[in-house]
Amino acid sequence: MEALKIHIPDNEQYRELGAYIESVRNMPGPLINVLHRAQGIFGYLPMEVQTFISRELDIPLSTVYGVVTFYNFFSMTPRGKYVVNICMGTACYVKGASKIVDIFKDELGIGEGETTEDNLFTLTTARCFGACGLAPVLMVNEDVYGHVDRKKVVEIIKKYRTLG
Amino acid sequence: MSLITKYVLISIDEDTLIAGARKVESELNRILAEQGLSSEIMVVETGTMGIMGKGVVMLIQPDDVTYVNVTPEDVREIVSEHLLKGRPVKRLQFTGKVDQSVISFRETAQELKKQNRVVLANSGLIDPESIDEYIAVNGYEALGKALTAHKPEEIIDMVKTSGLRGRGGAGFPTGLKWSFTAPLKNTPKYIVCNADEGEPGTFKDRLIMEGDPHKLIEGMAIAAYAIGAEKGFIYIRGEYALSISRTQKAIEDARAYGLLGKNIFGTSFSFDLEIKKGAGAYVCGEETALINSLEGGRGNPRVKPPFPGVKGLWQQPTVVNNVETLSNIPSIILNGPEWFKSIGTEKSTGTKVYTILGHVNNPGLIEVEMGTTLRDIIYKYAGGVKGGKFKCALVGGAAGAFLNEEMLDVRMDYDHLGEYKAVLGSGAILVMNEESCIVDMLRNILFFFKHESCGKCSPCRIGTAQLYSLADKIYSGKGSDEDLEQMLTLSEAMSTTALCALGQSPYLVIHTAVRFFQDEIEEHIRRKVCMKDICRMNGAERR
Repeated sequence: MEALKIHIPDNEQYRELGAYIESVRNMPGPLINVLHRAQGIFGYLPMEVQTFISRELDIPLSTVYGVVTFYNFFSMTPRGKYVVNICMGTACYVKGASKIVDIFKDELGIGEGETTEDNLFTLTTARCFGACGLAPVLMVNEDVYGHVDRKKVVEIIKKYRTLG
Repeated sequence: MSLITKYVLISIDEDTLIAGARKVESELNRILAEQGLSSEIMVVETGTMGIMGKGVVMLIQPDDVTYVNVTPEDVREIVSEHLLKGRPVKRLQFTGKVDQSVISFRETAQELKKQNRVVLANSGLIDPESIDEYIAVNGYEALGKALTAHKPEEIIDMVKTSGLRGRGGAGFPTGLKWSFTAPLKNTPKYIVCNADEGEPGTFKDRLIMEGDPHKLIEGMAIAAYAIGAEKGFIYIRGEYALSISRTQKAIEDARAYGLLGKNIFGTSFSFDLEIKKGAGAYVCGEETALINSLEGGRGNPRVKPPFPGVKGLWQQPTVVNNVETLSNIPSIILNGPEWFKSIGTEKSTGTKVYTILGHVNNPGLIEVEMGTTLRDIIYKYAGGVKGGKFKCALVGGAAGAFLNEEMLDVRMDYDHLGEYKAVLGSGAILVMNEESCIVDMLRNILFFFKHESCGKCSPCRIGTAQLYSLADKIYSGKGSDEDLEQMLTLSEAMSTTALCALGQSPYLVIHTAVRFFQDEIEEHIRRKVCMKDICRMNGAERR
């Protein structure tokens, strides 16, 4: 078990997570809340972080790993600064969402689930966002863009490149 | 005291926020202040008005004029022309038939009752972030009445008599569900609201929570009283940021008013609520999977029985109800079950909230009586089909059924749809025009099931993957008649063997696709052509 040998560094991020775990320790079923917070702090959930959570909450690492890999929201790989998430729900699909994915692939030169070399963009797809009135719709981090077409895609990429 | 002459209602929901509703609102307030009109004209934030994809939406009352696609630059014109001179700005006026469709925000509260709008009665009419406005439209009166004038059993009887059935998809009678849990002595008991609205094309629960969160809270408190629960959870999709923040504020306000917490209305009944955020898994809409997720684990469904009503959250008796179901409760208690029964059809009482999308002129949210035909919903309320002739509608989301032209006059309720082996499901209606390809749609839906299968039971884990690969073969021009045959038998086997509704559902969508569009599918198989030129018949890779 490689994980058992993992050494957890003592730094600001882990101290913040540790303090949060302390505050929810007595709450029933805190694991998902802890993972939400951990991803907020670290940006993703590498084995090291999962091992820390497993030790702190006294929950088997296999259980932690099982939960992390179960939910779409959690990621074990680092993500770009901007995560482009394209809705592939039926309403968006019927309005051409897969074409939007293709345009992003072309423009960014990456495939689904991949991150650009400059660590700026990660391209992902999702089930329905529940914003179907705006189909096709996508999110860049927390920002939602509706009625997306080729022109808008180019504008969106440009906007975030400029923001850097 | 100054006299308010006009009200400007601005719809604040996720659609309009993206379109810049806040900017329009602040510009409006700025110009009103500049012109010294702030004391005469009141700006009110409301929930959705049901008009989607038309930018910032505002309604001027009492003139009853709706503006769409309003930008900050338009505000000055609206103020000087309409608010000052009483001349509506024609170019911004919404010409769709709002009056028959969507939420009727134009009637008075008294007329609304006649209009049979139940769940969305206040949405778009009151400020969802103000508990006082909710109380002003008889809010929390039903809870007071329930706690002080009725025993829990009487509440359950009223809900049973009303005929209310679960609005999440399965349509199980709500009163009956409660009656299983109520007599159990095993405490604590829990009431859980399923707001993990994951069915593609469905967002009615989001708009109910954004438009009138207190109604849900009141409904949950009444349900808790009826079954003897003191604690409730609202499990909301993580993506629904505005629903989460509005519902959270509503809970805090209700607590501050003593409508949640200890000894509500001076009775011995205590109840409190907590929001839990989902982490993105379709299967968590299944009630036992949702319970596992609430406990902090993987959202795998449990084997039933025991049902959650007996052994649910932390092995305690738990009632799980959908947002729309719970939002019906206050009106039933306030107006009586007979009133509720007078709406809808004999066996499917009340109203149904639909989200109507895809190739229609006015996509959006509507609440209509149970039993309204699909034709009326599409042509009367959604403004008809856009970009070509009607081909079919996918009713009930991915777990729903395709309905073609000959099904347009079927009455939309549990029983009439049931006769055709279709379902009302979550209330999503996705309209497709002639330019859509059924094979392409089917493949997309089956990819979704494959992706969302939790993997716990083999019929679903293996079955959904197999169904997708068969559909993909047909889509790529490599399919055979046997492949189609196999899709039918496999999905049928899954419908009887899978652990939960996820694995049982592909059956319906596959069978209705074949039933109505067999020729089109066979064209892909035998002639290797997609007449709509959508499918990649050369076998090129595409998700």
